[in-house]
Amino acid sequence: MNPLTWSFVEPFYKLISGEDRKGQMKKITQMLGLPMMGLLVFLLLWQGASSSINTSLGQFPGPVQTYQQFTNLVDEAQEEAVKEERFYERQEERNARKLEKNPEAEIKIRDYVGPPTFFDQIGRSLVTVMSGFILASLIAIPIGIVIGLNSNVYAAVNPLIQIFKPVSPLAWLPLVTMVVSAVYISDDPMFDKAFLNSMFTVLLCCLWPTIINTAAGVATVTQDLKNVSQVLNLSWMTHVRKIVLPCSIPMMFTGLRISLGIAWMVLIAAEMLAQNPGLGKFVWDEFQNGSSESLGRIMVAVIVIGIVGFVLDRGMLMVQKAVSWDKSVALR
Amino acid sequence: MSDVHLELTQVGIEFPTPKGPFRALRDVNLKINQGEFISLIGHSGCGKSTVLNIVAGLYEATEGGVLLDGKEVRTPGPERAVVFQNHSLLPWLSAYENVELAVDQVFKGSKTPAEKKEWIEHNLKLVHMDHAMHKRPDEISGGMKQRVGIARALSMQPEVMLMDEPFGALDALTRAHLQDSLMEIQKDLNNTVIMITHDVDEAVLLSDRIVMMTNGPAATIGEILHVDLPHPRDRLALADDPQYNHYRSEVLRFLYEKQRKVEH
Repeated sequence: MNPLTWSFVEPFYKLISGEDRKGQMKKITQMLGLPMMGLLVFLLLWQGASSSINTSLGQFPGPVQTYQQFTNLVDEAQEEAVKEERFYERQEERNARKLEKNPEAEIKIRDYVGPPTFFDQIGRSLVTVMSGFILASLIAIPIGIVIGLNSNVYAAVNPLIQIFKPVSPLAWLPLVTMVVSAVYISDDPMFDKAFLNSMFTVLLCCLWPTIINTAAGVATVTQDLKNVSQVLNLSWMTHVRKIVLPCSIPMMFTGLRISLGIAWMVLIAAEMLAQNPGLGKFVWDEFQNGSSESLGRIMVAVIVIGIVGFVLDRGMLMVQKAVSWDKSVALR
Repeated sequence: MSDVHLELTQVGIEFPTPKGPFRALRDVNLKINQGEFISLIGHSGCGKSTVLNIVAGLYEATEGGVLLDGKEVRTPGPERAVVFQNHSLLPWLSAYENVELAVDQVFKGSKTPAEKKEWIEHNLKLVHMDHAMHKRPDEISGGMKQRVGIARALSMQPEVMLMDEPFGALDALTRAHLQDSLMEIQKDLNNTVIMITHDVDEAVLLSDRIVMMTNGPAATIGEILHVDLPHPRDRLALADDPQYNHYRSEVLRFLYEKQRKVEH
């Protein structure tokens, strides 16, 4: 990838190479200066407001306390990593000694089961949200294409979609929980039940925007292109692959981005309720913990949730740009 | 006539509307020979496109039928290639890929990949698009898009080429260029063509016969004019040709005297 094509590199590059210095400075101010100002004002307001709010767990955390808690969480994660390393080292030593005494001895490597760190929780949340999202997309895109292509199927399915779409996925959670524990019975479960509960809840909320927008995208295939397909006698599969899919990609991605946004929001709540490891559980545990540090830690989680959500959306945008044929459309 | 290639017999069509059926066409009878160039001319709304769509198989006639080499036509197929009025290229594919889609479909299994490539390039060369064959439709002009549309139709090696006002959306100069290209291609390939047009000069210049249609509803063929000018035709030489001007005035007389369009 050519770094010069990144819009934020360009003005700096031009500034250094001495091309239209005034204009580049203005661009940089707009690109960096104004967002920085906004951030600064926000931090000041936050600091001001937090110092005047007192809760039963102490003062509401301001930017400084939040940052301290962030460094604490980083330290804890590092300590945990060291502990884990030692744990495996000790095991290896013990096993080595065992083998020395008796070369036939059976050797076991036990997994480390320390408490998950904050960063483990982020990873778990990402895995859960992406599994739910990808599974939902695999279901929703074909359904969207089929109902978009056939107005009869659309008429039959549309009322169901309209009714299920506004349901908060959290209303599904108890049902999902019961169904998972009734259906998913295994002595050696591959997945944790709590994971399945939150994953399916995410899945249920990801379906609808993708279905609706894919179907709407399929409807943008013009009669002209349908005629071309008919004259060429394209098979159904080729028609979908060569004409319907490229045509509906912009709308499909609108749906996917809405879905992923909702999924991330829902996931946090689902993790709180399902007690599935992840950021939601972290927030809940801290709340239950109720130490003087808790609010600061929750604040860290709030900010991290926001940043991860933002990064996920940007990621989808990049995928959309990569697969969409019409590069002239401004995607934001 | 022994070598009738395409035959329309008593073709009529009704479209259902909320106010009851609307009769667009009735009693259309036409026999077309191999290698003939036919123009359909008439005022807008007279059902020219409907005739073309019935031949293409995109509409099904309510009565009567279409025979191609003695076989009835009911569904669309690549042996009746269509050049659409607004080019109808797939905007996400390059000129080459647009033709490739057709070639892959028509010569599935009968041409090797190398032969296909050669055939696609050959057809783009015929319409003088070989210099821009890897450009996408939004990167080329309207005339060039229509050229690619023609290349796509030619690449299907059709029995009949159906052209729905192929140059209607183009400016006069571009249109003249494309007409010349079409005559040049026609000289080599001698395709059977049905072309819809609004343009009297275009009809006389290109056609062997001009089929003039009466106004709708329930439109049908009014008159058929044989254009007995030798090929190849040259637009400059013909401009002062009395025979050419006679044909021209025949068509104009039909359109503006006998079938004067009453605007409601």
